[in-house]
Amino acid sequence: MWRYITKRILIAIPVLIGISIVAFFLIRLVPGDTVTALLGANYNQEQAAALRADYGLDKPLITQYLIWVKNLLKGDFGHSFFTNQAVSSSIMERLPVTFELMIMSFIYCLLIAIPLGAVASLKKNSLLDYLATIFGLLGVSIPNFWLATILILVFSLHMGWFPSGGFVSFFADPIANLRYMFLPSIALGASVGAVVMRMTRSSMLEILKQDYIEMARAKGVSQKILIISHALKNALIPVITVLGIQMGYLLGGSVIIEQIFSLPGIGRLALQAITNRDYILMQGSILFVAAGFVIINLLVDLIYALINPQIRY
Amino acid sequence: MRNLLEVNNLTTYFKSNKGLIKAVDGINFTVSSREILAIVGESGCGKSVTAKTILGLIGQKKNEIIGGEVLFKGENLLTKNYREMQQIRGKEISTVFQDPMTSLNPLHKVGQQIAEVLTIHEQISRQAARKQAINILTKVGIPSAASRAEQYPHQFSGGMRQRAIIAMALVCRPDLLIADEPTTALDVTIQAQILDLLQDLRHELKTAIIMITHDLGVVAEISDTVAVMYAGHLVEKAPVKLLFAEARHPYTKGLLNSIPRPGSRKKLEPIPGQPPDLHNLKTGCNFADRCPSVMAKCRQQSPLLKKIAPDHQAACWLYEEER
Ligand SMILES: Nc1ncnc2c1ncn2[C@@H]1O[C@H](COP(=O)(O)OP(=O)(O)O)[C@@H](O)[C@H]1O
Ligand SMILES: [Mg+2]
Repeated sequence: MWRYITKRILIAIPVLIGISIVAFFLIRLVPGDTVTALLGANYNQEQAAALRADYGLDKPLITQYLIWVKNLLKGDFGHSFFTNQAVSSSIMERLPVTFELMIMSFIYCLLIAIPLGAVASLKKNSLLDYLATIFGLLGVSIPNFWLATILILVFSLHMGWFPSGGFVSFFADPIANLRYMFLPSIALGASVGAVVMRMTRSSMLEILKQDYIEMARAKGVSQKILIISHALKNALIPVITVLGIQMGYLLGGSVIIEQIFSLPGIGRLALQAITNRDYILMQGSILFVAAGFVIINLLVDLIYALINPQIRY
Repeated sequence: MRNLLEVNNLTTYFKSNKGLIKAVDGINFTVSSREILAIVGESGCGKSVTAKTILGLIGQKKNEIIGGEVLFKGENLLTKNYREMQQIRGKEISTVFQDPMTSLNPLHKVGQQIAEVLTIHEQISRQAARKQAINILTKVGIPSAASRAEQYPHQFSGGMRQRAIIAMALVCRPDLLIADEPTTALDVTIQAQILDLLQDLRHELKTAIIMITHDLGVVAEISDTVAVMYAGHLVEKAPVKLLFAEARHPYTKGLLNSIPRPGSRKKLEPIPGQPPDLHNLKTGCNFADRCPSVMAKCRQQSPLLKKIAPDHQAACWLYEEER
């Protein structure tokens, strides 16, 4: 087990190096740089050159990259060109928002999508199954930014039940926090929930046909235990794989959702960094998100091994 | 001997978009306590459907139409609901299915799957159930059962799995065991071991067995009585010795001619043709198209299973006069 974890972490290193290279060079392909963005209308040659020298932007790209990596290895993510705030502290400040958004979307999958998929499979071709299928198709095909806009229009502007944007920390005011997070997490979680629901349904249908389900019935297992302990547990194995992949989608989707609902999360931080050509901040946040994704994938694989005894690391 | 199980005019039809599938079409048989009844027939003739209907595993869905009676200790199982059947399955009637590779849940430990039967049917602590599971694993011939009980099915070979499944079926000492082709998926040497095991256990536990098989070798080895099934009907029924010595139904004769017999130099003769399509049955005897002694009457009316000699029943127009 520990050997496997170590191996996975070692494999993650080249991945992260690759991402650091992509993040570093990609942002520099965008026309204009930090200095043009900083000076804006007051742009003049001498001031620009001075600033560039200040930030080390006049050095060759390779040198700039190596300096950045060297600092990273020392645990120093650098400072934002704009606010001069440490990148690591900006990320830590924003992290709880994105984290909460993802967790809430994830909980929908666990509390709604998986039970709904299971019930739909047990009541195949019933009205409920058809409703679940419609929900699934809509969830998969509606883009999250569109859903977000509709949710705002209906539930905040028209009904006035939820705020249309903004954020309050959970620790400051839990109720208000949940009201702010409710619509964003639905907008973000809908499509993942739909995928998980459909996967649960088809996986359950497959498992219910297995001989060992018939065998469990022949043993006198009650309907409830049959479904939960003999069918659903087995059906969840492919669902977990899908969930792992979908977590990446949740991370990507949170950039847009945070922007629409003005949530101060990491996605929004990265987006601002891109608009400002705030190279250091943007590289730091992308690398951070990538590392997060690697960790989530590792966790998913470990959970997978935990319920499936045929996999031993 | 009192009848433990009495199956009267049992029918199981499936509605499908191609039409009605008459998988089991009016069969009658009895099993007395401690008897081993073999039901033998080609694959697709309705043996498994018979077994599952008796257990109430078929009959819950809308497309499954069940008729007749299954009297177990005098009570009709077909009128019982899922909960009532739950108390009987695994405790009074248990089952071994054909494929040991797929009959165990891959995510549960083997010992746990056996102990589960006990915890469902008996007031017993988890530890006691676990202990009993290990005992029965030892009894079915699994070495170092205590550590084996902690393993998962994929760590067992096919023969070992079938032993574990037999342990699971017998742990509550049922009165009736329905074994649906328990040796078909196994190697020949393992087959013989499993048959021996079943015979030993039935002497010890005094369990009656319905042994479903397509293999006449298995029939000869283990059973007291044989019922031959063809396309949803029972066509002949007799004690095992009588059947092998004096088969009367042309289908049974055909079956016996198609297997090698020790000492015989006769050429093997397979039965010509294929079993009929169950959702497209013609009127008359289902075997008529393949029967060497077919008569005009056979195409008009289906013969019923009737007594043709003491202890010997057959469903064939050839023996109508003898009655
Ligand atoms: N659930 C079902 N729905 C429709 N047809 C079925 C079903 N189960 C079995 N059958 C049909 O019933 C017939 C008998 O099957 P079965 O009892 O499994 O044969 P066997 O004698 O080999 O065990 C087959 O033609 C099979 O296709
Ligand atoms: Mg069968």
